[in-house]
Amino acid sequence: MKYIEEFRDGDLARNLARSIHAEVRPDRRYNLMEFCGGHTHAIARFGVEDLLPAAVTMIHGPGCPVCVLPVGRIENAIAIAREPGVTLCTYADLMRVPAAGGRSLLRARADGADVRMVYSTMDALRIARDEPDRRVVFFAIGFETTTPPTALALLQAAAAGLDNFSVFCNHVLTPAAMQAILDSPDAPGAAAVPLDGFVGPAHVSTVIGSRPYEVFATDHGKPVVIAGFEPLDVLQAVLMLVRQVNDGRHQVENEYTRAVTRDGNAKAQALMAQVFEPRPTFEWRGLGLVPHSALRIRDAYSRWDAERLFDVPPLAVPDHKACQCGPILRGVKRPADCKLFGTACTPETPLGSCMVSSEGACAAHWTYGRFRDAAPARESA
Amino acid sequence: MPNRPFPRKLDLTGGRVDMAHGAGGRAMAQLVEELFIAAFDNDLLRQGNDQAAFDVPAGRMVMSTDSFVVSPLFFPGGDIGSMAVHGTVNDVAMSGARPLYLSAGFVLEEGFPLADLARIIDSMAAAARGAGVAVVTGDTKVVERGKGDGVYINTAGVGLVPEGVDISGAHARPGDAILLSGTLGDHGVAVMSRRENLTFDTDILSDSAALNHLVAAMVAAVPGIRVLRDPTRGGLAATLNEIARQSGVGMVVREAAIPVRPAVRGACELLGLDPVNVANEGKLVAVCDPADADRLLAAMRADPLGRDAAVIGEVRADDLGFVQMETALGGLRIIDWLAGEQLPRIC
Repeated sequence: MKYIEEFRDGDLARNLARSIHAEVRPDRRYNLMEFCGGHTHAIARFGVEDLLPAAVTMIHGPGCPVCVLPVGRIENAIAIAREPGVTLCTYADLMRVPAAGGRSLLRARADGADVRMVYSTMDALRIARDEPDRRVVFFAIGFETTTPPTALALLQAAAAGLDNFSVFCNHVLTPAAMQAILDSPDAPGAAAVPLDGFVGPAHVSTVIGSRPYEVFATDHGKPVVIAGFEPLDVLQAVLMLVRQVNDGRHQVENEYTRAVTRDGNAKAQALMAQVFEPRPTFEWRGLGLVPHSALRIRDAYSRWDAERLFDVPPLAVPDHKACQCGPILRGVKRPADCKLFGTACTPETPLGSCMVSSEGACAAHWTYGRFRDAAPARESA
Repeated sequence: MPNRPFPRKLDLTGGRVDMAHGAGGRAMAQLVEELFIAAFDNDLLRQGNDQAAFDVPAGRMVMSTDSFVVSPLFFPGGDIGSMAVHGTVNDVAMSGARPLYLSAGFVLEEGFPLADLARIIDSMAAAARGAGVAVVTGDTKVVERGKGDGVYINTAGVGLVPEGVDISGAHARPGDAILLSGTLGDHGVAVMSRRENLTFDTDILSDSAALNHLVAAMVAAVPGIRVLRDPTRGGLAATLNEIARQSGVGMVVREAAIPVRPAVRGACELLGLDPVNVANEGKLVAVCDPADADRLLAAMRADPLGRDAAVIGEVRADDLGFVQMETALGGLRIIDWLAGEQLPRIC
């Protein structure tokens, strides 16, 4: 656990918190969005908000791949899994995501479909090698972090002529979603929340580098601080963002220098570019259609593209009418503002995207922080 | 010529379970006699009746049952056999009772190697001897190949509660101390490390153990213990939430006070798990009056199975029943029941 405990140290946390309290200006608020579910989870799990002054509000962004996957794609995956001879390999947290009519991959498995939980794309590739009679489909989701391993698996399948392996590609792109957050209109009647800055992604940035965020600093005037997923990383990033706001600066700064460079991982980027190309548009749960926000498999690798091997019709499945995930993802509302939160919508029975995975804003708040809704408003410590 | 019911001994090296072993005929009788009775050997079992008859002492008796479907059947630090004894012994002991007798029911899958079955039965018998309980009645069924997963075991147990001891999940009161007998997560991580799709190297052993001797020492030191419970499936988080709900109270525990082995912490980090949600098979949570906490802690630490015991938090008055944790970082958060399954079949 060396190199992890160091970033969870209580004394260092209190020191950082003291600096943040000392530097926030009493006359203003700081609305900071952590884009990534990894940050959302760390903030909730370690109780980071208890260390922050009341002037700092963390807004939990859409960077949770399970949460933003549209229900139509789950329906597609269930349909693929039900095809004869198919073994659908998926990450565990996708199994429970509910589709319409009580369907889910877990339910499909109970009904007899061969759905298997894997920990990596390589597990799926191994199953395809070991069981040549099965048509093994890997249900690929995730941001730029999980995309290179999928690319590698495709290339290995191609090199080995492994024609019983294919990928159902749902990889999405971080900068496009950040752009959508900044562009999106607010819900009717809801007051706009001006974002004062972003805590930028940790693992995604190790792949794409810090350069892709520069447009948000230059063109949109938003400070971005790339931060690791440990709680001290988050506190340090908040301090750096408070300083940028106070100074009137808007730059891309890198708190996560132990892993992120400006240009990122060139080899991983090359792998992605070789195998994938951008889709013209892709649906995000909670954000709607976002242009150039997802990847599909290039024609050269179509033999391993499940979307071309199976019937994958576009399916639009709207969220519950009362679901507030959109405004929550944009920071306009808090989880407790949604009347479904904790009543009809819980981690066991998620109705909206933010409740689906433990990294979602609503699930994290329900699981770790809902006691705060019962307590009086937090005082500035 | 002497009438020998089983002229050829059971082949415990190359033999396999077949449907006849559950059919009530000669093969089943032989399996029971040469394997089960030989291993569990005791007077009540030797009587050969369909039930065990024993005298009932005065006082309160407790009874509990548990079924075991763990996969894999053998894991570092234990197997389904030892677990089936420990699990039920512990459930009985968590009332403060002294466990006396166990039953054992086996569902065997056709084709299961008799050598593996013998290993499991020997392990069960050793665990029962270690705990000082006798397996006094049993049952065997065989299901067709493909309809089971090797072996499922059900055990039930009865025990006797000492005079004056009244332990229940409903007895926690605001101000009470919460104690934990040792490190969290060892069993869950040990089993996960051997699952077929998730093999990783770790020297962590399951903590599977019978806690009745530890409980006897605790009850002797502090007869007024209010709550005992073993945090098995769902881990510490589920156990504390159950107690909070039964007692109508809240709790606050301190993350820094909860013992977790570095290797378990590392494995949890890798797998995205929280040690408070991971299963244990040889740990217990105790709730007692704060004035008794030091005495109870000393009694726990004096037992090998309580060596790493710690006071981890306290019971609070809270109408909403939240179980909260002060994180090592200095924040507060809920520790909650898991949503859905963490990983299947670890017990």
